[in-house]
Amino acid sequence: MKILENLKYAKNHEWIKVEGDTGIIGITDFAQNELGDIVFVEVDTVDEDLEMGETVGIIEAVKTVSDIFMPVSGEVIEFNEALEDNPDLINKDAYGEGWIVKIKISDPAELDELMDAEGYKNYIGA
Amino acid sequence: MCKNKNQTNYKMKQTVFYSKHEALGAKLAPFAGFNMPIQYEGLVAEHQHVRAKVGVFDVSHMGLIYVNGPKAFELVQYVTSNDLALISDGKVQYSCFPNDKGGIVDDFLIYQINPESYLLVVNASNIEKDYNWLQENNKNIGAEIVNESDNYSILAIQGPLAMATVKKLTNEPVEEMKYYTFKYINFAGIDNVLFSITGYTGEAGCEIYFKNEDADKIWDAVFEAGKEFDIKPVGLASRDTLRLEMGFCLYGNDIDDTTSPIEAGLGWITKFTENNQFVNRKYHEDLKANGVEKRLVGFEMIDRGIPRHGYEIADADGNIIGNVTSGTQGPSVGKSIGLGYVKREMAKADTEIYIVVRGKLLKAVTVKLPFYKS
Repeated sequence: MKILENLKYAKNHEWIKVEGDTGIIGITDFAQNELGDIVFVEVDTVDEDLEMGETVGIIEAVKTVSDIFMPVSGEVIEFNEALEDNPDLINKDAYGEGWIVKIKISDPAELDELMDAEGYKNYIGA
Repeated sequence: MCKNKNQTNYKMKQTVFYSKHEALGAKLAPFAGFNMPIQYEGLVAEHQHVRAKVGVFDVSHMGLIYVNGPKAFELVQYVTSNDLALISDGKVQYSCFPNDKGGIVDDFLIYQINPESYLLVVNASNIEKDYNWLQENNKNIGAEIVNESDNYSILAIQGPLAMATVKKLTNEPVEEMKYYTFKYINFAGIDNVLFSITGYTGEAGCEIYFKNEDADKIWDAVFEAGKEFDIKPVGLASRDTLRLEMGFCLYGNDIDDTTSPIEAGLGWITKFTENNQFVNRKYHEDLKANGVEKRLVGFEMIDRGIPRHGYEIADADGNIIGNVTSGTQGPSVGKSIGLGYVKREMAKADTEIYIVVRGKLLKAVTVKLPFYKS
């Protein structure tokens, strides 16, 4: 199971990559593997201010549906449009082309509540 | 997963193929009290493989209950809705146990070995319930009921190349056997393997039943014989999408203790002939005569969304008219599909209905089954 060093991880299996005050969010390799074949991703929260833990979108896989939660609070500024036609990018490249949204982080202090790679590795028992 | 403090003494069962599944890297998960292979390389790939080539399901969790003796026919005829007199030795019949409250105890296949021996292949989750139900109804009849579930293993070999695979392992002309028939044959060097032309996928193929001690030998022989056909192990997740594309009911989802076979579209296994007096017959006969209030239908999504078990179904005004019992994205049909109960007047094909998905009304249309036509 791939876990990248330079990311922060939430308990609901989202990752966030911090670039200045912007955060790029996706779901982890572990999460995409658990969900299986992803059919579509729905995000209709662009331009909304969401709290940490709020639902930013959903992922429909063949066998189940799952919420995508905000790992930290912020304004949703972009949805990865490539997922509209190719939702399986998440299955193929969860940390790269399969990113889901970009947000403007409103409270950087919340990042400290997230796990680092080592912590997440222990969390999923990898 | 599944670590409930009430279940600390509960031991998950496994089939004899467990170590093979582990070695193959299967994702295992609890299903009907068994730790079962849900998928190996991936649900969609496995689904497509069964449609295109050949896949092997371990369905050893399923139950085998024999009803034997001079009273066997009488008991099975009485507890099942289909007319047992319609089959003969070597034939298989799909049937169900109606309960005494208008619902279904279980659905299953009946194998007539001879007029004094029937094998019922039942859902894993219902083995105990079925056994008890048979016992309860046997009080004044006196047939012999034997639960052999723990002693047998079952493989379902399914797909267009399934019969080419298995015919390499026997001298019997199995490719000439008709749908819903069975024989005891020598298979892969093992005597008395129950070889059945049945399945739950809509593809050609067979299901084979054998003693646990022969399981390893048979598994290895099947995979060796199927090598030239690209045979692969396939998991229960794809079994579910394959059956749903065919519109086959799954007990616990589409039928249960509260649904009549008449409501579930299983009128064809509910025979009101004179010689077929079965448990609670009058209730279902009245339903058929007076018309049902709800009916199981197939539907396809028009709006983007995937129906799931338990979602509500509404009309265009948002009035709730039923509920979804099964749903998925059908890999072979390329659409979101589902089964669900709706009010009778909404059950005609080509009726516009709405699925309540996360608070939104998503448009769908009722269709004739099956969804997948090969």
